[in-house]
Amino acid sequence: MASSNMPYAVRAYERRRLADALRKMILIRKFEEAAEASYMRGLIHGTMHLSIGQEASAVGSCMSLEERDKITSTHRGHGHCLARGADLGRMFAEFFGKETGYCRGRGGSMHIADVERGNLGANGIVGGGLPIAVGSALSAKRLGTGAVTVCFFGDGANNEGAFHESLNMAAIWKLPVVFVCENNLYGMSMSTDRSTAVGNISERAAAYSMPGATVDGNDFSAVAEAVDAAVARARAGEGPSLVENMTYRLRGHSRSDRNRYRTKQEIDDWAKRDPITRLFGMLVSHGVMAEGDMAELDGDAARKIDDALAFAASSPDPKVEEAAFYVYAGSGAR
Amino acid sequence: MSGRSERVRGKLSYAEAIREALDIAMDRDERVVLMGEDIGVYGGAFQVTGDLFGKYGPERVIDTPISELGGAGVAIGAAMTGLRPVFEFQFSDFAALAMEQIVNQAAKLRYMLGGAVSVPVVMRFPAGSGTGAAAQHSQSIEAWLGHVPGLKVVQPSTPEDAKGLLLSAIEDPDPVMIFEHKLLYKTKGHVPRGHYETPIGEAALRRIGHSLTIVATSIMARKSLSAAEELARQGIHADVIDLRSIRPIDRETVLASVRKTGRLMCVYEGVKTLGIGAEISAMVAESDAFDFLEAPIVRLGGAECPIPYNPELEKSVVPQEPDILEAARNLVQGRI
Repeated sequence: MASSNMPYAVRAYERRRLADALRKMILIRKFEEAAEASYMRGLIHGTMHLSIGQEASAVGSCMSLEERDKITSTHRGHGHCLARGADLGRMFAEFFGKETGYCRGRGGSMHIADVERGNLGANGIVGGGLPIAVGSALSAKRLGTGAVTVCFFGDGANNEGAFHESLNMAAIWKLPVVFVCENNLYGMSMSTDRSTAVGNISERAAAYSMPGATVDGNDFSAVAEAVDAAVARARAGEGPSLVENMTYRLRGHSRSDRNRYRTKQEIDDWAKRDPITRLFGMLVSHGVMAEGDMAELDGDAARKIDDALAFAASSPDPKVEEAAFYVYAGSGAR
Repeated sequence: MSGRSERVRGKLSYAEAIREALDIAMDRDERVVLMGEDIGVYGGAFQVTGDLFGKYGPERVIDTPISELGGAGVAIGAAMTGLRPVFEFQFSDFAALAMEQIVNQAAKLRYMLGGAVSVPVVMRFPAGSGTGAAAQHSQSIEAWLGHVPGLKVVQPSTPEDAKGLLLSAIEDPDPVMIFEHKLLYKTKGHVPRGHYETPIGEAALRRIGHSLTIVATSIMARKSLSAAEELARQGIHADVIDLRSIRPIDRETVLASVRKTGRLMCVYEGVKTLGIGAEISAMVAESDAFDFLEAPIVRLGGAECPIPYNPELEKSVVPQEPDILEAARNLVQGRI
């Protein structure tokens, strides 16, 4: 009999699913570390936005999603994509600009998508995915698919007009969408203290008559508990919710960031609240895993990453004469 | 129903033709939904949706709040996931509020995702001057959107095309922007019954002549046709091309006409500079048709000025029929 003082996740999920969640979080971490290393070695150009430190938010928010469900993602979206089970090789191939990538080398890190698994795509425009998520929820309601849409966005988006318009429309039409704000405290360099008039972004839910909750976004169980409840509410036709996952990106905003706006002390303090270490500790203390399992999980992830990198490196580039394929339907094979 | 009414019916207005297209599309495809401000029980600011709310109800004729950016984005997201939304902007000027979703999302999602998604959304834009609504409710911004790969942009000038292009747009797998001149809504014309599609990207040669080629868009096609009748009485015979689609542009119809007439005049309501006339002119200049030109190219477009309120000022900043007549005469008689 599960006792009520056990963490939500231990009560709610089978051991297999808990282990799988941890495995995904480790995979996201290793994937981004490998992407960063590839960038340093010049294998990836352009820019990229790493979510290292935010893995519990990505994986915890997708726990109760089904195949039919959709997500919209952000420029910091590698974790969301992998949380929905994306193929590592096709992701790396996209970063390397290859034809075998998810976007055939036309999108890169900032537009990574996996439409077959319900990921409608990362978005390079802050707040750009919010109305699209509401549209996806409108389709689900109108077509009766029963699908729920989880809309990821960052704290920066909460001051965009698109945020306010989207929450309002989702609420007046009672649409099955869950707004998941990943508050990592900074929109590029501007802290939420300086940018945002409310203390917690979830308070803004009240303006749109929907439930709002702020949770420790580095606590996998807390994230899963809040988002699962919101997904259940959406699925039941009771309308949208706003969940704010308080988290931290341990890397800079993008490759150009020199961390002038935050202290080493702050970064070190957040590193001590590492979501992967915390979930692993929880699973060990509740007998789901043993101390010795981490090495195996790490090794398993590393092997998958190596295989995926090899696939990406050996994949062909898109042909220059096909640069304008996919601008319109029928322009380019699919 | 009488046999006579089956065979013959009166002319329809441009607005009625659009409504008939929407009705047909909604009747044959459950996925088609209408979205926009005051399109429900109000019937739309220009009474285009009219009584469709009564027929299809609030689930399919969806009044949006005054949220152009969000509303357009919702239509785009819905289009990506199985619906066929037709989004009405109350005035085309308000598209400025939604440019992010139109330009960064609708136009680019298929490309950015390597062909993995379609965005079959239709957006309708009541456009143009002549209603005394001044600078923020009278613009012709079709060239802004015509500049964006990934979009299709059309400007029907007749009721028949307003219906046929809209039905084409709804079937199209890509985002189609339809600019409807507000002064055309009440103009009447013959409209075929039932479902038919006017192909996007095909111009219409409305009148055949040999003295000059007039390439015009939207209401300027009508004004040019009317001017061409008067010109004919004066012995000047114009080819009048109603461009209909500015993205893609029907290059061949324009070039073939210029090869024949040797003279080109472009007439459009949008601001002259960096507009549709520049594109048509450059298209000719870059082609073999250039060798057939017997005179410089003439562009008649909107003035370098917001649309003014005073009615005389308002008329003065966009081409009028006498301007077209005079410019055509000067072009043919070698006075430029």
